[in-house]
Amino acid sequence: MDLQAYQTDGFHDELLDASLRPRPGAELLASRLAEASDGELAERQRAADKTLLTMGITFNVYGHEAGTEKIWPFDIVPRVIEATEWAGIERGLKQRIQALNLFIDDIYNERRIVADGVVPDWLVDSGKCFRGPCAGLKPPRGVWCHITGTDLVRGGDGVMYVLEDNLRTPSGVSYVLENREVMKRTFPQLFAGQRISPVENYPEKLLAMLEYIAPPQARDPNVVVLTPGIYNSAYFEHSFLARQMGVELVQGSDLVVQGDVVFMRTTRGLQRVDVIYRRIDDDFLDPLAFREDSLVGVPGLMRAYRAGNVALVNAPGTGIADDKAVYAYVPQIIRYYLGEDAIIPNVPTFVCGEPAQCDHVLSKLGEFVVKPANESGGYGIVLGPRATKEQLEECRARIRANPRNYIAQPMLSLSRVPTVVGDSLEGRHVDLRPFILYGEDIFVLPGGLTRVALVKGSLVVNSSQGGGSKDTWVVHEGRR
Amino acid sequence: MLSRVAACVYWMNRQIERAENVARAVETTLDLALEGTISPGRLWNALVCTFGDEADFWARHGLADQANVFTFLAFDQANPNSMASCLQAARENARTVRDMISTPMWEEINKAHLYVRAAAAGTAGIQGPREFLDEVKRASQLFTGVADATMSHGEAWHFARMGRLIERADKTSRVLDVEHYFRPAALRFAASAAGAPASGGEAAADVDAGGDAVQWSAVLESASALEMYRKEYGAVSRRNVAEFLVFARPFPRAMHFCLIKAEESLLAVTGGAKGAYSNSAEQRLGRLRSHLDYGAIDEILGGDGGLHGFIDGFQAQLNQASDAISETFFGLPAREKSS
Repeated sequence: MDLQAYQTDGFHDELLDASLRPRPGAELLASRLAEASDGELAERQRAADKTLLTMGITFNVYGHEAGTEKIWPFDIVPRVIEATEWAGIERGLKQRIQALNLFIDDIYNERRIVADGVVPDWLVDSGKCFRGPCAGLKPPRGVWCHITGTDLVRGGDGVMYVLEDNLRTPSGVSYVLENREVMKRTFPQLFAGQRISPVENYPEKLLAMLEYIAPPQARDPNVVVLTPGIYNSAYFEHSFLARQMGVELVQGSDLVVQGDVVFMRTTRGLQRVDVIYRRIDDDFLDPLAFREDSLVGVPGLMRAYRAGNVALVNAPGTGIADDKAVYAYVPQIIRYYLGEDAIIPNVPTFVCGEPAQCDHVLSKLGEFVVKPANESGGYGIVLGPRATKEQLEECRARIRANPRNYIAQPMLSLSRVPTVVGDSLEGRHVDLRPFILYGEDIFVLPGGLTRVALVKGSLVVNSSQGGGSKDTWVVHEGRR
Repeated sequence: MLSRVAACVYWMNRQIERAENVARAVETTLDLALEGTISPGRLWNALVCTFGDEADFWARHGLADQANVFTFLAFDQANPNSMASCLQAARENARTVRDMISTPMWEEINKAHLYVRAAAAGTAGIQGPREFLDEVKRASQLFTGVADATMSHGEAWHFARMGRLIERADKTSRVLDVEHYFRPAALRFAASAAGAPASGGEAAADVDAGGDAVQWSAVLESASALEMYRKEYGAVSRRNVAEFLVFARPFPRAMHFCLIKAEESLLAVTGGAKGAYSNSAEQRLGRLRSHLDYGAIDEILGGDGGLHGFIDGFQAQLNQASDAISETFFGLPAREKSS
């Protein structure tokens, strides 16, 4: 494999610099790839695909027939992050999560940040994910956002930016663990002689966090994972995490609330539940508190939560902090609560709910990426420079109809990583989703999930829209 | 463990065991068709009747020949008892309880499902029906073996074993009843219309007395029992085959064996003791098991309903026992999740 034939096409490449020299931390990987014989990459890629199929590592795509499982494409060339750069990212993520947790606690209680004029009240109160019933709540140990998956991207300037915060029920961590496993099975030579931060201890850290935030009266807390069921797009992950932690995977129908205490129905009768890692959106959690038509929820769950008899992870109401309009204010939020500048910068963002910013966006709509404030999975995004006239006009009408619900950002030139195409390597755009646990302290899983847009030139990395993933290595310099 | 999960584990094992038994019966029928002693039409029709799906079959097919029956029992998604449907449902259940079963178990059932799907689509590169049937049998046996070797023999494993053995007892009884379906339809109709006695009992055996040895060897083959039977009895006779498949305590596909072990698992779950009961599952399964403890083949064959009458009664009571397990542990109305 001749790496000298590789094209960076003017993009920031994560493996090689513009003159095709390996970046720090990537030297060994680059030389191993260069040593690969003809046909070897294609062969290894096939082996990895087969392994994924046999292991049944799948996700479901909405809009397809119920139960349509797909293998999530995996590319065998890892993405490398050098350890000192990672240490900076880790610090930045801890800072951000700490501030966002204080923010959530504040807006559901004292609302100091609104009173002090740092964040406008309309922004909070009109948030689609603001949950009135959560006002006045104080979750166990003061933690709201126990599990976060923050999306990072590197621009053409080589700087890492936060693209969005995911504080509801972020998914993808199971793929981080499975990707590492598949890499070890199919391309073990790549690992030899390197010091790569392990990811395998995530389930233990997760369980320790879940037990830590249990209601204080629970001596030996009973932890469960709550899933909407096998047709949910992330069901594989729900069952994976339950299995790895050795806890029960429950559905709403398995749980029952009696006297403000949550129980699960077992073959030996009812058994008390203390902590619920719920992978169900707030809206569907409890038909008595939120959406009445929810069939996957548990009637009475919010009462039990309010009574302090059960812990919910993440706490209901955290979604307000992953509203993309609120995102625009996170640098100010960090400064307000911690008195520090944000270590990882935001992508410059215009909030259409602010009239002056909205006018600016509408006047140059074709230059921006426009995003709805409360969608996930990449749905509803309009890429201005690549949109047709009709799409832009439709977008303009939607912004005018509901400016609060839109933000705009400049089109980023996402960094790329060499990716197997046939038997050669071509650059494909990537992002990065590290996972952060907030319990007794804040833990950042080294690396995270690298998602890759497998279609040439595409910037869309979402699993639901043709994206795939890569193993992500935090590499320590110096041979092992 | 969760009631819902226990139900999934139980049914998953019934479905896998069902696929294996259907595969074996199809294989035996292929053999008999080669022998040529029984007309193919009667043979393939009898196979459909054995599993109780004749109404479903005739609703979609005009002729019970090898091609139609094989497709119906192997790949037909609309037939809930086809091998493809059973393995699909088992895999669906396995996904639902993915956190309860071991990874090797999951990988076996996933592989089986992928194989059958490819076979149905004609992309598995299969040489003939036997290769396919072998693979289905092997998948079930691998799954059972892997489960025994990689899963704690705790509550979930006991529910799995209960499901597997109750299904097996049912299927062995159906295979043994096949002579009933070999009879010309008119006689069979007369038998059930008359409520059995007139043409029941030993009279039934005379109808096809000519094909005896071949037919009863085939019955043994269908239950993978020919070799073990020979060690016990030598020559094949109707009486001895029936005795072996109903009463052979040490033989793992005999109905008595299945009930003894299923009851052991039931008692392991409840902590109960043999000979007394504290719920309807223990009562019904225990009663049926003790019925066999004290049964005798000559009484059955000479009794009012003959062998067919006995098997009918057995199947009805086995269904009641399975329903009682659902009600006792799964908190479901009986058989809501049966496929």
